[in-house]
Amino acid sequence: MPRLVSHPDEVKIVTRRFGQGAAKIDRYLELGGYAAAKKCLDQGPDWIIEEMKASNLRGRGGAGFPTGLKWSFVPKKSAKPKYVLVNGDESEPGTCKDHLIFLHDPHAVIEGTLIAGLAIGAKLGFIYLRGEYRYLIEIMERAVAEAYERGFLGKNIFGSDTEFQVIVQTGAGAYEVGEESALMESLEGKRGVPRIKPPFPAVVGLYGGPTVINNAETIATVPHVISMGAAAYAAVGSPKNGGTRLFGISGHVERPGVYELPMGYNLKKMIYDVAGGVRGGRRLKAVVPGGSSTPVLLPEEIDIGMDFDQVGKAGSMLGSGGVVVIDDQTCIVEFALRTISFYQHESCGWCIPCREGTDWLKKSLTRFHAGFGEAKDIDNIQYLAENMLGRTFCPLGDAAAMPTLGFVKKFRKEFEDHLNGKPCAFAKHMDLAVV
Amino acid sequence: MSPKTTSPDKTSPPKAGPSATGPETMTIFSPRVAARFDALVQKYPVRRSALVPMLLYAQDEIGYLSDAVIAEVAERIGITELDVRNVASYYSMLRFKPVGKYNVQVCTNISCMLTGAYELYERFQQELGIGPKGVTSDGVFSLEEVECIGACCWGPAIQVNYDFHDELKPELVAGILDGYRGKAHADAEASHA
Repeated sequence: MPRLVSHPDEVKIVTRRFGQGAAKIDRYLELGGYAAAKKCLDQGPDWIIEEMKASNLRGRGGAGFPTGLKWSFVPKKSAKPKYVLVNGDESEPGTCKDHLIFLHDPHAVIEGTLIAGLAIGAKLGFIYLRGEYRYLIEIMERAVAEAYERGFLGKNIFGSDTEFQVIVQTGAGAYEVGEESALMESLEGKRGVPRIKPPFPAVVGLYGGPTVINNAETIATVPHVISMGAAAYAAVGSPKNGGTRLFGISGHVERPGVYELPMGYNLKKMIYDVAGGVRGGRRLKAVVPGGSSTPVLLPEEIDIGMDFDQVGKAGSMLGSGGVVVIDDQTCIVEFALRTISFYQHESCGWCIPCREGTDWLKKSLTRFHAGFGEAKDIDNIQYLAENMLGRTFCPLGDAAAMPTLGFVKKFRKEFEDHLNGKPCAFAKHMDLAVV
Repeated sequence: MSPKTTSPDKTSPPKAGPSATGPETMTIFSPRVAARFDALVQKYPVRRSALVPMLLYAQDEIGYLSDAVIAEVAERIGITELDVRNVASYYSMLRFKPVGKYNVQVCTNISCMLTGAYELYERFQQELGIGPKGVTSDGVFSLEEVECIGACCWGPAIQVNYDFHDELKPELVAGILDGYRGKAHADAEASHA
C-alpha cells in the first residue's frame, strides 16, 4: 500500500477523505459524499458550468485548460449522444497522484463524473484507468456497483427521471493513450493513435458524439468545488489558478510523497520544507517540475510559485505536478537518455518527426553517454529536438523535445565533459540504460 | 516455444451468439471470462469497445494471446483476426508469447532510476539467473524492465503481475521471490491433489 504523507502546509481538499475508508460508500456518505451531485441535479447545467468557471479550476492533466470553459464548449443540443470521459491513464513519469485518488476516494471520481454529465447533458461516462492499475480498477468497479445499488447511478438517479451510467474501462499499457483523442480511439477498440484536430472532442469526440474529457484529479476535485463553493475554492490558489494541486515529489528527497498544496506554493519551499530537502545531505542539481516532459530547472530557478502561469514564465511547465528532484551525484546525460528512451518507446509512430526524432535522439544520447560522442553531436541533438517542436499532431513530440532541449541548453558543460572517450563521471548504469 | 493450442475451425458455422459458452462450443474462454465478455459487450454503445479489455482479461487467464485467443476474440467481437492483431500489437501489456507464472516488471523510469532501480534490476537478474525478458527454466518467473508504473513517490517500485511492491532495496529481492515461489509451489501441489 503506497505510503501517505502529511505536512502542516497542506490544504486538504481533494485528499481530505484519504486514509478514512471512503472507498466504501457508507463512509463516503458519512463524509458528505454525493451531496454535491444532488445539489447539481437540483440547480441545473447552467449553474454548474458557471460555478466551475468561477472556481478557476484548471485541468490537472498538464495543459491547465479552464474546466468550466471546456464544459461550456459542448453544444446544448446534439443529434448524437454526449459522453464524459475520465482520463486515469496516468503515465507521465514522475506522476502518481491519481493512483492515490482511485485508492482512497473512488466515489469522488464517480461523483465528479456524474456532475460533469449533468453539466453537459450526457447519459454515459467512462472512467479509463491504465491497465497496470488493476487493483485500482477493481476498487473503482466495486465503488461503481455501490453507486448503482444506492441509486446515484442508473436510469433514475436520486429518484429523478435523469439517467446517468458509468463504465470503468481498463487500458493495456500505452502512454500515448493519455492524449485525449488517442484515449477515445482506445475506448473504441482501436490502436491509441491521436486524431487530427479540429474537430475538438467537445464537438466530435467518442463515437462521434460531443465529449468532455478531464483528468481524474480534475474530476475528483469537482464535487469539492461544488461543496465548498466556487469563490471559496478559487480563494485557496493564486490568481487564475484556483484551489490546490496534488504534487507528487519524488527522486532524491528525504520525504517523497504526494502532498496537496495550494496552487502557487513556492517550489523551493516544497523541496526543502515539505519534502525535507535533498536526501543524504547532498546538494541539489536540478528539478523537473511537472513530469518528465517539462523542461528542467536549475537550483537558482526554483524560487517560484507552482502554478501554470508562474512555472510557464520560468520557461517550463506545471504539467502533471510530478516534481522530480535530482541530486549532484546524478549524470544529466544519463537522465536525458532515460527520459528520451521512454518517449522513443511510447511514440505511436504516426508522425514522422516524433517517430524518427525520438529514435535518433535516443541513438545519439546512447552513443554520447557511452563515451563515443563528438562535439557536433551536442548541436545535433539540439537541432533534432528543435525540429520536432510543434511538428506533430499530438503533444508527445513536444513532450520528448522540450526536456531534451532543457538538458542540452542548461547542462551543456556536462555534455562536453563526456567527449573524447572520457567516461561519465557518475557512470553506473551506462550499458543498462536502454530499454 | 509456445504450447500448441487448437484453433477453432474457421469453416464451422458462426456460434449461436455471444453468450454461447456452453461446453458444446469450441470456446477456450473459461466460463468466468466468457461471462465477463458478455457483460462487457452489453454495456458499450459499440461492441468493439470491449476489444482491449477482453484481450487483457483473456491473457490473464491463458497467459498470452495465443492464436486461439485471437481467433475467439475476433469472432466474438465480429472483426477479423488481423484487426485484432493490429490493435493488440499496439499495447505494451499485451503479448504474443508466454511469460513466467509470475512476471517481474522492474520500473527503471526517472524517479525509480534515481532511487536505485537499476541496482534492483541487477539483483533480480542475479537472483533469478536470467537476463532481461528471460524466463526461468521452471517457468515460475520472468523478468523485464518496464516504463513508469505510477508509483514514482514510492520508488524504486516493481510489479509482479499486477501486485505492486514499493520502496524496495536489493536486499529485499530474495524475500519477495521466495514468497512467490512458495505460492507457485502451493498451486502446483493443489493441482496434483
